[in-house]
Amino acid sequence: MLEDKDRIFTNLYGFGDWGLKGARARGAWDNTKGLIEKGKDWILTEMKASGLRGRGGAGFPTGLKWSFMPKADTARPSYLVVNADESEPGTCKDREIMRNDPHLLIEGCFIASFAMEAHACYIYIRGEYILEADRLDAAIAQAYEANLLGKDNVHGWPFDIYVHRGAGAYICGEETALLESLEGKKGMPRLKPPFPANMGLYGCPTTVNNVESIAVAPTILRRGAAWFSSFGAKNNSGTKLFCISGHVNKPCNVEEAMSIPFRELIDKHCGGVRGGSDNLLAVIPGGSSVPCVPAAQIIDAAMDFDTLRDLKSGLGTAAVIVMDKSTDIIRAIARLSYFYKHESCGQCTPCREGTGWLWRVVTRMAEGRAQKREIDMLLEVTTQIEGHTICALGDAAAWPVQGLIRHFRPEIEKRIDQYAANPHSEPARGYHAAAE
Amino acid sequence: MTVRRLAEVQPDSFAFSAENEAWADAIIAKYPQGRQASAVISLLWRAQKQNDYWLPRPAIEAVAEKLGMPYIRVLEIATFYSMFNLSPVGEYFVQLCGTTPCLLAGSDGIKSVLRNRIGEPGVVTADGKFSWNEVECLGACCNAPMVQINDDYFEDLTPDNFAKLLDDLAAGRPVRIGSQTGRVSSEPAGGLTALASFYGVSGQSGPYCVTEAPSMGDPAAARAELAAQSKAPAEPGHERLKQEEALSSGKPEPSVSSSDQTLN
Repeated sequence: MLEDKDRIFTNLYGFGDWGLKGARARGAWDNTKGLIEKGKDWILTEMKASGLRGRGGAGFPTGLKWSFMPKADTARPSYLVVNADESEPGTCKDREIMRNDPHLLIEGCFIASFAMEAHACYIYIRGEYILEADRLDAAIAQAYEANLLGKDNVHGWPFDIYVHRGAGAYICGEETALLESLEGKKGMPRLKPPFPANMGLYGCPTTVNNVESIAVAPTILRRGAAWFSSFGAKNNSGTKLFCISGHVNKPCNVEEAMSIPFRELIDKHCGGVRGGSDNLLAVIPGGSSVPCVPAAQIIDAAMDFDTLRDLKSGLGTAAVIVMDKSTDIIRAIARLSYFYKHESCGQCTPCREGTGWLWRVVTRMAEGRAQKREIDMLLEVTTQIEGHTICALGDAAAWPVQGLIRHFRPEIEKRIDQYAANPHSEPARGYHAAAE
Repeated sequence: MTVRRLAEVQPDSFAFSAENEAWADAIIAKYPQGRQASAVISLLWRAQKQNDYWLPRPAIEAVAEKLGMPYIRVLEIATFYSMFNLSPVGEYFVQLCGTTPCLLAGSDGIKSVLRNRIGEPGVVTADGKFSWNEVECLGACCNAPMVQINDDYFEDLTPDNFAKLLDDLAAGRPVRIGSQTGRVSSEPAGGLTALASFYGVSGQSGPYCVTEAPSMGDPAAARAELAAQSKAPAEPGHERLKQEEALSSGKPEPSVSSSDQTLN
């Protein structure tokens, strides 16, 4: 188990002071100038060596991403954009960073921008996080007042940071949609290439990073890449915030070492699965976009990118949604299908039409009002959506349904049989059974 | 995708208050010259707040004019983003999160309270006090089920404590923002399993605990603290909360409850 001294987010729960004074006491903004003086190349090398993979879901190596930025050009300034549009169902980690440890994020923005030769950073925060945005604004004001930020700051790298609020659109968590939204348009993803590192915000070189990826950077640089990479399995190094929700006794956010076994994570921090580990049905291990994994496969699995990929799922944002045997799993997935239908931006036909189609069919299946042959048809349709859209929302809508069919096909068939056997044409099982 | 249209009955005119006008200019200054369109979401949001939490057509036109954007571009934004309410809402606008993590934790129970107390989604009660809607994940999944009422999150709900919350709001009594079961944020209920060497298992003792700090993660206190620090003009929606904060300043420090009611 990770010890407290190795935890990066030392005020994750907000029991301490979120302000500059408290953050400094916990080690933030400590000799930032010294890190800057070691130079851009040292920072990039160290970030690559740490093995940090992006914490927003895709798991792309952060150091490598930073190194894609071109040389600074006065006509086209570089930008860092922080993706704080945390909307993936199950994920609530960035919120805690922004309201309880905002200075870790702000210092991370400063260092990352220096490494990418950017002088300005926008933090795109989801619109519903009103208190969190206020808190972040206040923390930034504190940093300006202490001359840690600004045109003429103590570190000698002119730098400005701005908070930009969204207005409730999941799709704006996709990096190019986020840039569109930041430019004052509808959040519709752009075709890539050109990639944001060449043509991003306002047509300038831009890197978009998740809040957690940026907020861990200063600590990694201070304590060394070797320290960070000592946690977790190979290629999955570091510590990670896990958001555990659903049917555990004590749902919580917690920072743990990567590759921690699922059972240990749940038993140590969440008081176990409700009704004991025998009562576990399935787990969605990485936010709503990844397929569910049945109990037998997940219970002793290591929570990291590679292990979960081998289980045909993914670590995603490490939002662990636990479902016990009382769950109506078909309804739980149907609700996710509704989410994707609601959040599709409508740009690509397979996604705009397909997400609604998936939702309608899975909803019927949750009631048993379907034919068994429709299960294969549903699976076929998911493969028609997956990979045929500009962004990954189409994939994200398809995968939960694929996971449902892969692991719970007998459950769907049983529901259909129950409905067919019922002479009264009522749903086979109360549609609201899951929550009771 | 959802179809969203402007309300049929629209006011004749809309103008930003002088205070909001100045606020808007400060927001526009955040962006490079010629990129003032970036401020469109913030300005629409401010216009919505000024107009009792809904966005009429004249406000969309006013924002378009202020930013030098074609009306259709601003209308697109207003209909695309779900936080813009295109028709009137109640004084307390309840947004219930109904996505799977909240569903698993019992959002159906909260939904039936809303149906019984307020009625169908999208309909404002006769006294104008309440309306509600089901929305998608609000990002507080470790504190599910939860609702957002105007600007604030109310978490760890049960049908009982939620019914009481609605009663208190209707009667104008002070309410506690955040967790309704006494959690500070998303820590495990009943004692810390991580960071205990910094804050103690209770979260109230240890080297990093701030004894004199008013906030302790309590959003209401934090907001009051912010309002005192912030140089920006206070947001109108927060005024009620500050009054309530003053009313409830004698309340005891929240203690971490030993059992999480939402799971019983």
